[in-house]
Amino acid sequence: MTLGWSAVREVAVVSSAVHQVEALTFTPDVQLMVPLVNAAREAVGITQDDVDFTCSGSSDFLAGQAFSFVQTLDAVGAVPPISESHVEMDGAFALYEAWVKIQTGEAEVALVYSYGKSSPGSRRDVLAAQLDPYVVGPLWPDAHAVAALQARVVLESGAATPEDLAAVAARSQRKAVGNPNALRASADATVDGVLAEPVVTDPLRPSDLAAEADGGCAMVLAAGDRARALCERPAWITGIDHRIDPQALGLRDLARAPSAAMAAERAGAAGDRIDVAELHVASTAQAIVLSGELGLTDDVEVDPSGGSLAGDVLMAAGLVRIAEVARRISSGTADRGLAHASSGPCLQQNLVCIMEGE
Amino acid sequence: MIEPLRTDLVVEYPFTRTTGPVVGAFLTGLRDGRIVGVRTSDGRVVVPPVEADPATGATIDELVDVADAGTVVTWTWVDPPRPGSPWDRPHGLGLVLLDGADIPMLHGLLVDSTDDLATGMRVEAVWAAERTGHIQDLVGFAPEGSGVAPAPHAEDPGDEPVRSVRTPIRLDYDFIPSSAAQEYLRAYAEKRILGNRSPVDGAVFVPPRGIDPRHGVAADEMVELAHEGHVGNFCVTHLPIPGRTDLTTPYVSAWIHLDGADIGFLGLVAGCGVDEVRIGMRVRAVWKPDDELGPTAENVLYWEPTGEPDVPVEKAGNRAWLTRRDADDAGMECGA
Amino acid sequence: MGSLGERTAVLGVGQTEYRATRGDVSIAGLVREAALRALDDARCTWLDIDAVVIGKAPDFFEGLMMPELFLADALGCAGKPILRVHTAGSVGGSTALVAASLIRSRVHRRVLTLGFEKQSESNATWALSLPQPFSVSINAGAGGYFSPIIRQYMARSGAPELVGCMVAFKDRRQALLNPYAHLHQPDLTFDQVVEAPMLWDPIRFSETCPSSDGACAMVLGDEAAGDASEVPVAWVHGTAMRSEGNNFPGRDEVSPQASRDCAADVYAQASITNPRAEIDAVEIYVPFSWYEPMWLESLGFAEPDQGWRMVEDGSTALDGGDLPVNCSGGVLSSNPIGASGMIRFAEAALQVRGMAGDHQVDGARRALGHAYGGGAQYYAMWVVGADKP
Repeated sequence: MTLGWSAVREVAVVSSAVHQVEALTFTPDVQLMVPLVNAAREAVGITQDDVDFTCSGSSDFLAGQAFSFVQTLDAVGAVPPISESHVEMDGAFALYEAWVKIQTGEAEVALVYSYGKSSPGSRRDVLAAQLDPYVVGPLWPDAHAVAALQARVVLESGAATPEDLAAVAARSQRKAVGNPNALRASADATVDGVLAEPVVTDPLRPSDLAAEADGGCAMVLAAGDRARALCERPAWITGIDHRIDPQALGLRDLARAPSAAMAAERAGAAGDRIDVAELHVASTAQAIVLSGELGLTDDVEVDPSGGSLAGDVLMAAGLVRIAEVARRISSGTADRGLAHASSGPCLQQNLVCIMEGE
Repeated sequence: MIEPLRTDLVVEYPFTRTTGPVVGAFLTGLRDGRIVGVRTSDGRVVVPPVEADPATGATIDELVDVADAGTVVTWTWVDPPRPGSPWDRPHGLGLVLLDGADIPMLHGLLVDSTDDLATGMRVEAVWAAERTGHIQDLVGFAPEGSGVAPAPHAEDPGDEPVRSVRTPIRLDYDFIPSSAAQEYLRAYAEKRILGNRSPVDGAVFVPPRGIDPRHGVAADEMVELAHEGHVGNFCVTHLPIPGRTDLTTPYVSAWIHLDGADIGFLGLVAGCGVDEVRIGMRVRAVWKPDDELGPTAENVLYWEPTGEPDVPVEKAGNRAWLTRRDADDAGMECGA
Repeated sequence: MGSLGERTAVLGVGQTEYRATRGDVSIAGLVREAALRALDDARCTWLDIDAVVIGKAPDFFEGLMMPELFLADALGCAGKPILRVHTAGSVGGSTALVAASLIRSRVHRRVLTLGFEKQSESNATWALSLPQPFSVSINAGAGGYFSPIIRQYMARSGAPELVGCMVAFKDRRQALLNPYAHLHQPDLTFDQVVEAPMLWDPIRFSETCPSSDGACAMVLGDEAAGDASEVPVAWVHGTAMRSEGNNFPGRDEVSPQASRDCAADVYAQASITNPRAEIDAVEIYVPFSWYEPMWLESLGFAEPDQGWRMVEDGSTALDGGDLPVNCSGGVLSSNPIGASGMIRFAEAALQVRGMAGDHQVDGARRALGHAYGGGAQYYAMWVVGADKP
């Protein structure tokens, strides 16, 4: 295993559970997470008493309610009290915090979960609340428009053609066919079929934009021999890192994502061959950008689940990417994989997690 | 099928933001018909100006004026306009590199269709006639020479600099109660109060949330509860509540522990003096008239004393469970 | 602490002036003011910082979703990692603990951690009381939630009625010694505290915390950085977080098990068996005056139902007490919610560094920083000391 720093403990993903649908109309976050948390724990035969640290990720803005995560804590069963933390970030960053906690030596087993529901509100408009609140937010650039500004830069930079974007979309839809959590799947998706769609947010077509989903993900991490005891083939996290770029769109070359490249390098992505990669993108153009920044060569199977394009749970999509890669390593269909999570407009913040089988 | 309960939930606030000197200088400039940027440590001009060098975090404050015309770097088309945006018709949105700036800024592109938009096109600012120190002092950018842009008129330079800006936010959500809550609310319309029984140890939760929060398990079994109970604890509130003009202060909000339930919920206690309310006091529901009932917990107007002897303080509220559980453990029949 | 982890030091502390409205700064300006002061105190620049951990309470307070994204460059984060923590009112404390874990795990060597709130941009009562359709709205703000718990404490401990006023008066007097404190009321009398209007009986207006703008930051470093520091550092002797459910049968709301467990954990790490004798200064999260005696009991400084006696006999006063509590003036004198927990942690560090200025406890060697949040469900604590553990 390749590790970027000294004195790192071995940590692995030993189980996960994912649920994504178009709308969880009558299921609040806590009821969504009860079966997922239990599935992740039961898959490795543990209860909350065996968990040393719990960490979750979610957003009040998505919930339309302050302190929304307080209600969801009840899905874990925090009686008696638990050692626990919460990030207002994608669950991939909650996983990072849990991984750090295990590195301190204060925890052996960690539970990580995150969730989000886009269906009660207008997610593309809610996301405008992430932007500079003084001189950008009042113009209310919605998330589709922001993704389109980036896509045009990617196209006009020569990094990709409209056919390339359509190929990314068609690939996602074809691969998503075997994924019960995918919202947008089609065995016969083709480049021509995608190009025949109307342009909705110029230059993007519906299939260029990630399919919004409600859902969540729960996951168990374990250290060293504990992981080996819990799981036949743990997905060892051999490198994990995250970085951020300045937010203002004008400050960045939108055809690039330097923080993604940096995170991949620090996580040791280039250390060995990558069999499989799962990307967390808002648009097909972002998949093109990431392919370059993460150094994904043609022999890497990208987004075998369909990726976030086929089903994107805001606040959980990054953690779901980690779950998808871990599942393939644990099942033996891959030996080494890369999972990517992102946050903010135009791939502003990026996390890369490299996992390997033993 | 019964039509599910749902309602609009609006989260809305007119935020007033203090700008500090740098954002304030930009907004002051807009009010006065100028566009102001800031020079970074490596000499690039950033518009709108920022307080820290984006690369290093160093403080930067060298403000420079840039032109109000420039070149479109990238663009998209917004149709229909977004609910929160200042535009009421389809419009472009783009990054515009103003002459004299090194970093493009985001704003609206005022044309009739995408046919009129192209990367590299020259545009000029369209200024609002009345300017207050807000990003909307710029209506947007229009193709250069299209003649829609009145020349800016500098306001009286003696005006105070802009120090704050109002940026209202409104978000709309479709609020749909959970399936457990739907059943609970409908029962309320029939003057029935429902709870969930835990499959683990029979503890009863009201309102029902479909889960037992102690064990992180589903709790689907519904049980109907008495309309009497006791005050677990309470607050005498002297402050009015937004949206509750019917409440005269002081009033008592209390944790009501119904007979047969093992946690409390908040309810209003009335029908006695506020200084007569006690921890452990027995209360019963006072319902709205039958023809005013609806699917809401507000059907219970308040909880009034029954006159029965109090529950002892040490057995009131959530502590009641300890007694009940101990009785269960001893194989005894458990009362309220 | 255990032998596995890296020793962690507080290298620098930075605070803004806490005010009802910091009308002179933007949000970026506010967080930079605290961050730059912490960097100066630690003799660092932005370039020395490996990562940033930022915390704040609900995003609705400022109407800015995940503000760490917007603030990334203001916090010198380009190309660096940034994490955003949110654990309700305890967030300032848990944010510092996540930063400490980045050092202790040896992932990073120097981490900037920061908590902030610019409450004047909106209105805390609005943000905390967003509409809840189909439910009965009769609880006005946090005071309405905590008042019944205080009532229960008074009933079971037999505490005299004016203990809460004594705490409020003490903290407001101590705030006069802290130039950063929001409330500076030099002419305040005890009678005025007692005569203040009742808001949520038994909580008077004078016994509640203000709503403040402000930010607090710390630079944490590894053992080598602590050893190399030209200025005194605070060494982290123990860290703990605990959470429990909001409402369940049998819950002790007055002294929740999560609070007791968290304290037991942090003391065990710091090898503390008699907290009252072994800790010299305490900064605990007291948003309503009565929480001082309640937490004194829950944290093991007093026997159950006896904490109010420490207030009554002056044990918790900076002037003459053996366990000075909230010498900074506490949350009762300054409350930028997302920073309030970190201020407790930072003030504890200042005490053992001997850098607390006019509110310094003479010879403080070990101090407790404490924060809680939610329905008294979320806890974060650390013990810091002048000596390397």
